[in-house]
Amino acid sequence: MELLLFLILFPLLTAVLCLVLPDHPIRRWVIRVSGVLIGAGAVYLLVTSYDSGMRLIDVPHEPVGMIMQVIVLAIALLVLYLGVRYRKPLAVGLILVQTALVQYFEFQYAPGLAMEANLFVDEFSIIMALIIGVIGSLICIYAISYMRCYHEHHPEIEDRRRSFFFIMFVFLSAMFGIVFSNNLLWFFFFWEVTTLASFLLIGYTRTEEATNNAFLALHMNLLGGIGFALALLYIGVTGAPLGLDRLVEGGAAVALVPAVLIAFAGLTKSAQLPFSSWLLGAMVAPTPVSALLHSSTMVKAGVYAIIKFAPVLSGTVPGLMVALVGGTTFFLASAMAITQSNAKRMLAYSTIANLGLVVACGGIGTYEAVWAAILLIVFHAVAKSLLFLSVGTVEHQIHSRDIEDMDGLIVKMPRVAAMILIGITGMFLAPFGMLISKWASLRAFIDAPGGLVFVLLIAFGSGVTLFFWAKWLGRLITRPLDEENIEGRVKTEEISVLFALSALVIGVCLLFPRIAHSLVEPYVLSIYGMVTQLGQDNEIIMILMLAMILVLPLTMLYFGNGRDRRKLDVYMSGRATTPDMHFKGSAGIDRQLSLHNYYLEGYFGEGKLMRIGVAVSVLLVLTMLELIVVPGVLA
Amino acid sequence: MIAWLYGIAFVILAPLLGGLVAGIDRRVTARMQGRVGPPILQSFYDVGKLFEKERAYVRASQNFYILGYLIFIAFSGALFFAGGDLLLVIFALTLSHIFLVIGAYSVTSPYALIGAERELIQLMAVEPMIILVSVGFYLASGSFYVSEIAAYGGPLILLLPGVFIGFFYALTMKLRKSPFDIATCHHAHQEIVKGVTTEFSGSTLGMVEIAHWYEAVLLIGITWLFFAWNPLVAVVAVALVYLAEIFIDNTTARAKWGFALGSIWLVTLVSTVANLAVFYIGGMA
Repeated sequence: MELLLFLILFPLLTAVLCLVLPDHPIRRWVIRVSGVLIGAGAVYLLVTSYDSGMRLIDVPHEPVGMIMQVIVLAIALLVLYLGVRYRKPLAVGLILVQTALVQYFEFQYAPGLAMEANLFVDEFSIIMALIIGVIGSLICIYAISYMRCYHEHHPEIEDRRRSFFFIMFVFLSAMFGIVFSNNLLWFFFFWEVTTLASFLLIGYTRTEEATNNAFLALHMNLLGGIGFALALLYIGVTGAPLGLDRLVEGGAAVALVPAVLIAFAGLTKSAQLPFSSWLLGAMVAPTPVSALLHSSTMVKAGVYAIIKFAPVLSGTVPGLMVALVGGTTFFLASAMAITQSNAKRMLAYSTIANLGLVVACGGIGTYEAVWAAILLIVFHAVAKSLLFLSVGTVEHQIHSRDIEDMDGLIVKMPRVAAMILIGITGMFLAPFGMLISKWASLRAFIDAPGGLVFVLLIAFGSGVTLFFWAKWLGRLITRPLDEENIEGRVKTEEISVLFALSALVIGVCLLFPRIAHSLVEPYVLSIYGMVTQLGQDNEIIMILMLAMILVLPLTMLYFGNGRDRRKLDVYMSGRATTPDMHFKGSAGIDRQLSLHNYYLEGYFGEGKLMRIGVAVSVLLVLTMLELIVVPGVLA
Repeated sequence: MIAWLYGIAFVILAPLLGGLVAGIDRRVTARMQGRVGPPILQSFYDVGKLFEKERAYVRASQNFYILGYLIFIAFSGALFFAGGDLLLVIFALTLSHIFLVIGAYSVTSPYALIGAERELIQLMAVEPMIILVSVGFYLASGSFYVSEIAAYGGPLILLLPGVFIGFFYALTMKLRKSPFDIATCHHAHQEIVKGVTTEFSGSTLGMVEIAHWYEAVLLIGITWLFFAWNPLVAVVAVALVYLAEIFIDNTTARAKWGFALGSIWLVTLVSTVANLAVFYIGGMA
């Protein structure tokens, strides 16, 4: 119990310290030490509780509840103030509705609802805590040198690093709160804190674009928050249990309506269609924010909620709707990623797509699907944080985040390029993590009723996925010219964090059978009484492939020097070409060789697919809500 | 469940079989074009000669990627013939092709780059179909393991006719046959220099050729599974399928990539949905 409170409260303490300390080595050390302690705390939680199953922990509701209520009101006032100041009537309206709903619940129903235990810990929350604690802290540590560099590059932006780190650590605290809360009112409180934190982080630069995108994120997440508040109200009216454990145990008869409403909130938070635009807009924020939102916090809170309610959604029509939203999002977001040359935007689409897969698994909600979903969350978190932070580092050196500008990166920044390679392969190739989980979700979908639709979406989605990752991969190792190594300019701390995350990507792949056996399987078993596996021989083959891939680069020792072979020039149709790849083109015009990737705009145009996606998903979401609103439909 | 001996046998024997198939292919092609054609063993002579050529490179790393291509294609075939999980076979096959694509990228040549992009389009075009083939086998036989699919005992082709049609359509691209040989091909008149292999020469090109042999045998193996209940029927069917592919190769001109991608996806969707939906409606899944 002390450990859970430590994980929730200690980041808060760090946050306050970041707020009061000036820009001084002391603050940097506070962040580093706290980051290490938070990560260590999460690991300690794993070591001490991985085999003890689900444990409820009774923390008295008062005075915590009182404090939370005050903070919720303060948040509402802050949003109200900002909404009025920036003339965003929608934000004002949404926060008023949401506050009214929550306050009504607080005064009318909350006192009458008995709570057995406000906190809990089980294998799934341990996994989430590890993701938040280890990856989240690494991102915060990375942000120290990144933000210094950022403000050197952007003197026009006001340096508000104090509040930046304050919000970053508040974010981590709220995430720990979400994954340890058994009381749904607490869950909701932390949920709203993450909404506000992401709003403030996206708007960090205070440019017009940033402000607008921040409000876009706020609007969508407040809408989701209203869904969550309605779920609470429903629980109050019907007298259903307020505890997450009891509510889920109640099954569809008791919990379907709140489950669907919370899944709706989860769809907004995990940026599923039609709510994807906020996550795309969020990339205006400094890169560590993107990394945090995409890998260990925010969107992961959304899918966490959906996975938690998967047993309730399983086999129901609204659950099928949730799954269809996820499946559609997976395919369309992957297809849209093909047309993106902006690395951060491409990564954002890939995040949306992968979360779509998790949501599809959650909506299907069988034991196989949940098993796959949890592994997806783990592998996605490590690989995606590595990719975002690497792109951030590259951007500061080559002053571009465009994939087309990243050619020759393997020469310019060999170590960073190698780590991006690890991240990319981790996202789509056998035997790395994401592929394992895609494989598992494919198997889960096949056995589900009506699973053919999902099988098709995942089959076509995989084809598309490999296209956009591979062409980025290729870009990095294309070398038009001999360029100099500029990697020395990167700060050691940034590189170290990237090293740590690369090691994590490879580590979780090597340890994946262990993670699956000791954490994911006990969790799935405790909920469904059944469990799935990939099969031991398959695990051995995967490890074998991984070993081959890790050993293969050693052949570069033989090939790399080119000792016994002749160096040839690139075939240029016989045109005389200078060493810097200039040649006489048609009509004698001097040209330089330039190579570009395919983006297939005509087939996978973003605008077209987005319109289709929004139309389909709005229909699905409305149907899902309709099903619980109109009485008797489900019966 | 996994018979590694068969896998090792594949690694050793598949190049022999694949080279032989390539030789017969060239002979049949020549006859279709009214030529005498080369000896059946010509493919072996060609590859043997490639390994005697001067060692040369454009970028030192290219050999590393091509070696990866060869190793993983042999690995995926070995896994298939050892009776392993079909999905894992497909993923390993995809991995091997990514090595080829990256090798083509690494040389930084305009022609190899076009080939690399087109090779990726090919991968994107056929990936859904080959995944759905394994899904079809699973729904019909109850297992993803090649050993169990092969031992199913009944004619899978009758349960999976639509899937087979889709697979046959995509096989043209997998075997690098016209009209879907958009990345690289053996028809000089319709090739953009030499596509993905433009900058590969000597032993590097030899490795690419051997990898193609491995892949051809693996694809023949997958075709075999549809007919595996009766070896005699299977031999005839596989021969007919291959003959049909050679015929298509010689009677069509290379399609544009957009048509190749679009039509393969469309055929995949229509043929497999019509076929696999039966399993879901019938409650057999």
